[in-house]
Amino acid sequence: MIPVISVSRLGKRYGRTTAVRDVSLEVFEGEIFGLIGPNGAGKTTTMECVEGNRVPDAGTISVLGLDPQRDANALRQRIGVQHQEAQLQKRIKVWEAVDLWASLYPRVVDTDALLDRLGLAAKRDSWFMTLSGGQKQRLFIALALIHEPGVVFLDELTTGLDPQARRAIWALVTGIRDRGTTVFLTTHLMEEAERLCDRVAIIEHGCIIELGTPAELVQKHCPERTAVFTSDDADVIERMQGLGAVECNGVTYTLHGTGDDFVTGVINVIAREGIRVRGFRTEIPTLEDVFLKLTGHGIRD
Amino acid sequence: MPLLRGFWKLTWLETKIFMREPMGFVGALLVPLLVFVVLGRAFGVGKPMATPGVDIPFNVAILVAILIAISAVQSLVAIISIYREGGILKRLRSTPLSPVTIMGAQVTVKLVFTVASLALLMLAGRRLFPGVMRVNVFSFTAAVVLGTFSILSLGFVLASLVPTARFAQPISAAVLYPMLALSGLFYPLDRFPRALREFAYLFPTTHAVALLQGVWDGSGWSAHWVNVTALLVLFAAYTALSTRVFRWE
Repeated sequence: MIPVISVSRLGKRYGRTTAVRDVSLEVFEGEIFGLIGPNGAGKTTTMECVEGNRVPDAGTISVLGLDPQRDANALRQRIGVQHQEAQLQKRIKVWEAVDLWASLYPRVVDTDALLDRLGLAAKRDSWFMTLSGGQKQRLFIALALIHEPGVVFLDELTTGLDPQARRAIWALVTGIRDRGTTVFLTTHLMEEAERLCDRVAIIEHGCIIELGTPAELVQKHCPERTAVFTSDDADVIERMQGLGAVECNGVTYTLHGTGDDFVTGVINVIAREGIRVRGFRTEIPTLEDVFLKLTGHGIRD
Repeated sequence: MPLLRGFWKLTWLETKIFMREPMGFVGALLVPLLVFVVLGRAFGVGKPMATPGVDIPFNVAILVAILIAISAVQSLVAIISIYREGGILKRLRSTPLSPVTIMGAQVTVKLVFTVASLALLMLAGRRLFPGVMRVNVFSFTAAVVLGTFSILSLGFVLASLVPTARFAQPISAAVLYPMLALSGLFYPLDRFPRALREFAYLFPTTHAVALLQGVWDGSGWSAHWVNVTALLVLFAAYTALSTRVFRWE
């Protein structure tokens, strides 16, 4: 498979601070690739070097077969970008922004249909400053998609949005991928990465420390599974033998194990023993736990 | 012309956006007109001491023309710093718009409002102060536009220096108003100490005032070729400097 984006040994310093130390990654056609890590880890710098908006100090980058520095103009025609915390002119109307952007590219999509798809049709004549956070981000998505780019770059797309607006944006991003466009995004929200990304790279202190699908990373670093159930039956601990240690707290029982077969095993034993269960839940690690394990700290620390 | 792709669209858009600013239209067109009418009524326009008994040693029309140019520059510095702070410049730059187009559109909008404001000034002058405003309108406007261009290029240097939008107004005022004070409009340059006079020649306002006074007196552009050349040289120098120090984000 030929990668759409290929980054090799990227490095970037600002004065005496090293923002990106050594980043290598590949993004393949039609996937949503997420660069995840805490603020200041080097996500935005990496993305902006790939977009051609920043000049790297070291390493090589290729996007759609182009060099972001040497072929900057050709690349701008073929990628769509959304910057972190970007604004537009306060009093620009939605249709005016779309109209300006549409005039800059030789081939553009049907802009009315695009605004409709992004839920902005009713806001055509509104000033940018009157839009909600979610509407502003949807407008930036529209501007990034207007020329049918091969790759879109979305930097911290949902930061500052309420959960409902965030979910609406997630559905849109999945839609972009389903229409065949490759998506490269950054986020510091692990839930977002887990929901959206086909593959993720975890970046910390300017280095990629792990890369893979969210499920692979969880399986590799946090295979622990926990089953918790509540039962009023007697002798539960004895009847659950063979599955490892059972912790008991009143009528609540907790079992720990590893691998996907563990939960099935617990359910089978409960059924075989005919234990009457009032409540049952599982605790399965997430990308957040992987991050915590790999870095030794939470993403928001 | 790929270099100027989107230029007219962006210029028209920025014009509309400026007109929507609460103070955009009023500040650019009405305030200078009001200043002109009030000062002109009080002290007369044109020759010093147009009104007997009131000694006002400067030409009100030239003062207002220079104020129009300066307010255009202040507005430009403010817009650029707001656009930079909000990431608007960065967003525009990651489109196929060239940097020249992005900045050229802003300059064009400012020039359009400068010329419109001057036109109002001329019209009002002809009606309210008959017989005084006999200056060649075309020549006067051309001199103001040339001066504005030169001051705007200094504005780009200022726009590169202001750290945030909050500083745009005070910093540009701190540079532009002393420049106006030293321009020779209020106090003849030849009575300045030599060092101060030479310092004043570094600023476009000084040459713009000299050229405008020449146009007003009827001595014309050829008599002021030194000032014209100075305005062009300063324009080139400030533009070259600003392309080196300008920050897009």
